[in-house]
Amino acid sequence: MHSFAAPDADPTMNLPLTPAVAPEVLTPASAASLPLAWQTLEAVPDPEIPVVSIRELGILRDVRVVTNDRGETAFEIVITPTYSGCPAMQQIAEDIAAAMTRAGLGPWHVKTVLAPAWTTDWISPEAREKLRSYGIAPPTGAHAVSADAPSKITFYGRPKDGVPCPHCGSADTEVVSAFGSTACKAHYRCRTCSEPFDYFKPY
Amino acid sequence: MQVHANPHAMPASGAPHARPQNMKPTQEHLSYLLRLADNALILGQRNAEWCGHGPVLEEDIALTNLSLDLIGQARMLYQHAAKLETDLTGITKQEDDYAFWRDESAFRNWTLVELPHYGPTAGTTAAERDYAVTIVRNFLYSALMVEVWQALAQSADTELAAIAAKSVKEAHYHLHHARDWLVRFGDGTEESHRRAQAALDYLMPYMNEIFKRDPLEDTVAAAGTGVAMAELKDAWQATVNDALAEATLDAPVGGAFESAGKFGRHSEHMSFLLGEMQGLARQHPGATW
Repeated sequence: MHSFAAPDADPTMNLPLTPAVAPEVLTPASAASLPLAWQTLEAVPDPEIPVVSIRELGILRDVRVVTNDRGETAFEIVITPTYSGCPAMQQIAEDIAAAMTRAGLGPWHVKTVLAPAWTTDWISPEAREKLRSYGIAPPTGAHAVSADAPSKITFYGRPKDGVPCPHCGSADTEVVSAFGSTACKAHYRCRTCSEPFDYFKPY
Repeated sequence: MQVHANPHAMPASGAPHARPQNMKPTQEHLSYLLRLADNALILGQRNAEWCGHGPVLEEDIALTNLSLDLIGQARMLYQHAAKLETDLTGITKQEDDYAFWRDESAFRNWTLVELPHYGPTAGTTAAERDYAVTIVRNFLYSALMVEVWQALAQSADTELAAIAAKSVKEAHYHLHHARDWLVRFGDGTEESHRRAQAALDYLMPYMNEIFKRDPLEDTVAAAGTGVAMAELKDAWQATVNDALAEATLDAPVGGAFESAGKFGRHSEHMSFLLGEMQGLARQHPGATW
């Protein structure tokens, strides 16, 4: 039987209560409105993994007030792609637009930056726990590109152990395929509870 | 860098965080970027043929993910190239202009990446795709690209360096995937060994083109914005030798054959690939969905 989540468990309830249609007068970018912009954008969920926000995944890099040569201000929202071909980037830009519109903030623009390159190291411990309870094993251990030996492929053969099952916690798991349901995930199987699961690959 | 603007956005020209002018654009560097971008796009398109046709579901998904990475890399490179070309010529360019509106001779990808997923046949011959060809090609390519992106992460062109720093992470996963299967095929059954060896014998001569020095690469290498592939051959060879030994495969002799895709002279297979890739955009210019 499907159980309905209590209202206070609904992540969308954390969004600021703002009109669905943009008000006539937007709240302009300033030092005073910047905290509201952060609060608004920190609540934007990742489109693929809605239990974590774009801020927790490290996609949202910065929100700042910029001024042009006529003295007009705007919010500059800085995001960075995860994988080069991640198809969610357009959706994220649209979700940001919707959140800013709901909050009545503007003008603003989204800037995509590539450096420093996104890494799973930026995912916070809290977000890792959220991923685990959602059924996705968070990235573990050193990432694939070792800083100590940059020219050597350090993981010949199939990756072994170190990825505990997000369902039962068993360490007895095996990789089915290094490429899973999205570019950032690998496909694993637990040998204890027999459940398949996604593993958020180190990047 | 992409800028998505909302209707209320202020003019971008006034933004204090405009792209730093990190280097003086040159025609040579633009051509070099297009070689990298064309390689990624054409191999991405080729490998995407497996989408829905993979030998097993996991490999179908793996090859599709791999293509997504490659096409993503190509897009970043084309977007960067478009800015450089606009700066150089004053003519506004966009990424799609490169992918869909250039003809065969304007593409500068290595011949290796455009070949079909089967052994030597004439361009009009229909043949079964052979996964051994797919794997061997991905192995030869990604073993080199790991070195290329690593070197380019130090490029004096900071935008290219940023693209390279992302791409190297993906290239490591691609190499891991291809190497894993190469060993399984080579050290597998008699049939899988035979086909892996045949694919290797067929594709290895196409590496000659890649490692042949040419003035373009020497110019960008001297400027500190690019790297000559010949400089990376030893590192690539070490990766290849190590894998072939584990896979119990023999390293073929490269011979004197030289393909010339990077100079715009392509195999007979290229026009078929472009026909499929560019058909929609050309029949419905400006189409959106």
